[in-house]
Amino acid sequence: MGVISSKLGNLGIVTTTLDEAVNWGRTGAMWPLLFGLACCAIEYMSTQASNYDLSRFGMELNRASPRQADLLIVAGRVSRKMAPVIRQLYDQMAAPKWVISMGDCASCSGVYNNYALVQGVDEVIPVDVYVAGCPPRPEQLIHGILTLHEKVRGERIKEWAS
Amino acid sequence: MVLQTPEKAGEVYKWEGSVEELKGLVTERAITGETMLLNMGPHHPSTHGVLRLLLELDGEEIVSCLPDVGYLHTGIEKNMEHKTYEKCVTLTDRMDYLAPMSNNLAFCLAVEKLVDLDVPERAQIIRVICMELTRLNSHLVWLGTHALDMGAMSVFLYCFREREIILEMFEMLSGQRMMSSYIRPGGVWRDIPPEFMPALEKFLDYMPGKIDDYEKLLTNNPLWIDRTQGIGIIEPDMAMAWGVSGPSLRGSGVSWDIRKAMPYSGYEQYDFNVPVGEHGDVYDRFYVRVLEMRESVKILGQALKRLTPKGPFRSDNRKFVPPPRSELGQSMEAVIHHFKLWTEGFSAPDEEVFAAIESPRGEIGCYLHGAGDNKPRRVHFKTPSFMHIAALPVMSKGHLIADLVGIIGSVDIVLGDCDR
Repeated sequence: MGVISSKLGNLGIVTTTLDEAVNWGRTGAMWPLLFGLACCAIEYMSTQASNYDLSRFGMELNRASPRQADLLIVAGRVSRKMAPVIRQLYDQMAAPKWVISMGDCASCSGVYNNYALVQGVDEVIPVDVYVAGCPPRPEQLIHGILTLHEKVRGERIKEWAS
Repeated sequence: MVLQTPEKAGEVYKWEGSVEELKGLVTERAITGETMLLNMGPHHPSTHGVLRLLLELDGEEIVSCLPDVGYLHTGIEKNMEHKTYEKCVTLTDRMDYLAPMSNNLAFCLAVEKLVDLDVPERAQIIRVICMELTRLNSHLVWLGTHALDMGAMSVFLYCFREREIILEMFEMLSGQRMMSSYIRPGGVWRDIPPEFMPALEKFLDYMPGKIDDYEKLLTNNPLWIDRTQGIGIIEPDMAMAWGVSGPSLRGSGVSWDIRKAMPYSGYEQYDFNVPVGEHGDVYDRFYVRVLEMRESVKILGQALKRLTPKGPFRSDNRKFVPPPRSELGQSMEAVIHHFKLWTEGFSAPDEEVFAAIESPRGEIGCYLHGAGDNKPRRVHFKTPSFMHIAALPVMSKGHLIADLVGIIGSVDIVLGDCDR
């Protein structure tokens, strides 16, 4: 607990609950899956790149394998052909896992109400946070990620274990 | 061959088809199991989107490569048939999302051809500025991700730093970073804001030095040369036969640029070179694009000199272009035109037109068939990414699987552009 002791000085002992300690760890290093679909993926890349620097939130490491990822950011429109693939990726991720639906298309299919697109990725996988925008600015995505962090901080380990 | 969505979580996915279905697509050796079939994508870090390639491998060597597209099919062309011409512009942004303004322009040129609408000189200059900024924007993303695929991380971070400046300028123009829909039939949406020209001047001073930096990192880097020279060669006649266009075609030594061959938006008045490669390999396609970035900076400088701070930015033909806000309080005519345009839109004749422009990726063509009323009967886009993916098997044959990543990057595909 190097970080906490350096902040608290010479107090010696820190008491906390197990939930809080675990959630602190989970929000501090939440690795996203390296996965992009359409326009939003470009803004997601901007968020990761120099100006917005997502590594400030412990997310600089994108994992290409779903088995090593905690967070699935669905960035872009989900076509009917792609939906089973996304579901498979989600199933392959190890719990605890979270999903951010980035942009209008992933959230509700945006401007396209037609034959080709799944009308929101929540028809296929459960979503924790929806980020609006077409495409959302990097700031909006960061806000979505921080909202997710807040949600994670309120979670109990026993809910995941059951 | 389609995967079905399972009923509950944890269900195992199985490919229901058999290898017999692939007869004729892969060699006989794959059917007998002598060579290996490997699925690359649709979720893969280096396929630049959701491209799926079915590879037939003999050891690490690629025997055949079958691209499978459509994982991003959005039905944009069909959706356009239910929208008025002004609203269609919004959808064109979302096709090639690295170069939204190029799509806007291709569509607007087609509409202007269909209804015979003039665009004022100053609007043409603003359009050229937008086009060249878009080209830089797109090439920066391409360079960053291409280098990232080949293992050079720092180039990505540098490229995105410069790209943010361009996006800030787009935001000044249109209020949106990416999906700007700034170019409209008859001109552009609104006049350039006062802070735009100083920002562009500053950018033009800044950019050439940054292109030097990228070149320092890559052009003479022995690792980069080893991985790119002699890889993914496509001969000029093959490139033309497969419909490859843009920098990928010029990398093979064919000097074909629509800005020169069939000028639009006044490109004939600008002085610029068309960089041409020699060998048609990954390195030449890379170098042609880097040189193109320098040419874009040159064109931007000339356009900035010609751009006057005030003047018309869209046609004053009120049947097709909305009146300025200031007129609405005084002129009954203006109110009528405004009402008609925002409720019904304008009508176009029952004719077909084709307009093509040089996008950062290659030739974007827009086929537009009017229906005699306010909505198009059919819109079709001829997009470069689709052709480039079709040419991938030719380029990748006989190369190692690790080189395929470089070849995919070098033709600069965008799956939104391909699948639409």
